[in-house]
Amino acid sequence: MNIIFYIAAIVAFVATVMVVTRKNAVHALLYLIVSLLAVSVIFFISGAPFVAALEVIVYAGAILVLFVFAIMMLNLGANSGKEEAKLLKPNAWVIPAILSLILLCELVYVFINYDGASVELRVIGPQEVSQSLFGGYMLAVELTGMLLMAGVVGAYHIGKEKKREYHRYLQTNENS
Amino acid sequence: MSELPLEAGLLLAALLFLTGLVGVITRRNILFMLMSIEIMFNAAGLAFVLAGAHNGQADGQVMLIFILAMAAAEVAVGLALIIQMHRKYNSVDTDVLSELRD
Repeated sequence: MNIIFYIAAIVAFVATVMVVTRKNAVHALLYLIVSLLAVSVIFFISGAPFVAALEVIVYAGAILVLFVFAIMMLNLGANSGKEEAKLLKPNAWVIPAILSLILLCELVYVFINYDGASVELRVIGPQEVSQSLFGGYMLAVELTGMLLMAGVVGAYHIGKEKKREYHRYLQTNENS
Repeated sequence: MSELPLEAGLLLAALLFLTGLVGVITRRNILFMLMSIEIMFNAAGLAFVLAGAHNGQADGQVMLIFILAMAAAEVAVGLALIIQMHRKYNSVDTDVLSELRD
């Protein structure tokens, strides 16, 4: 089990680094899907099969397909990779990367000192999850439903192509 | 059944989160920034699930379901905003959004 965990962890990390460093948006998206699938494997072996399936279905299957559609609608063209290469200069990313590395060192230090804890591999199935979800978290479920509704309505309203409305005077001016 | 070390899992979550953070800070293409935010959500969810498994409770998985729903709503609105931005400025570079400065 541990060896599967470490392989999946390495795959997830490498794929995530590739997402951040790619210049082509579609390539980055494919690496992001690989990263999510690797995380899904980790969920599965840490005793959370329901959430692992949900990760594949909702994240890799729905959210990233939304990204693909958006990239298709944007129609970025062939030379967008070169423009990205111009934007991604070393002086732009070195200092944030160093600062994040310092944060990472701190986290590694904290986790190494916090030893002895382990994840016992008891499988927590869908039944237990849903009993918890619709038991104590009922209000949060309803609020999530409202959030999704607001998201759908908001996305429709924002994404709608606005019709330009001219004054009568300008319309006749344009026609003539 | 065998056991997983919790530190390794949390360390992976931290690594993924910081990679996403570097992506948000350094990239100027707004699509990549949105993708990096997704990476950070995912890392937070991983930490939740591992902590829940550590305690033997289902609450970690419940939190991941909420994160999933929130990420879906956020991506829908964010992508709609990106499409509007591309319509208006014909670019996905965040530097064109500097009207307030001028």
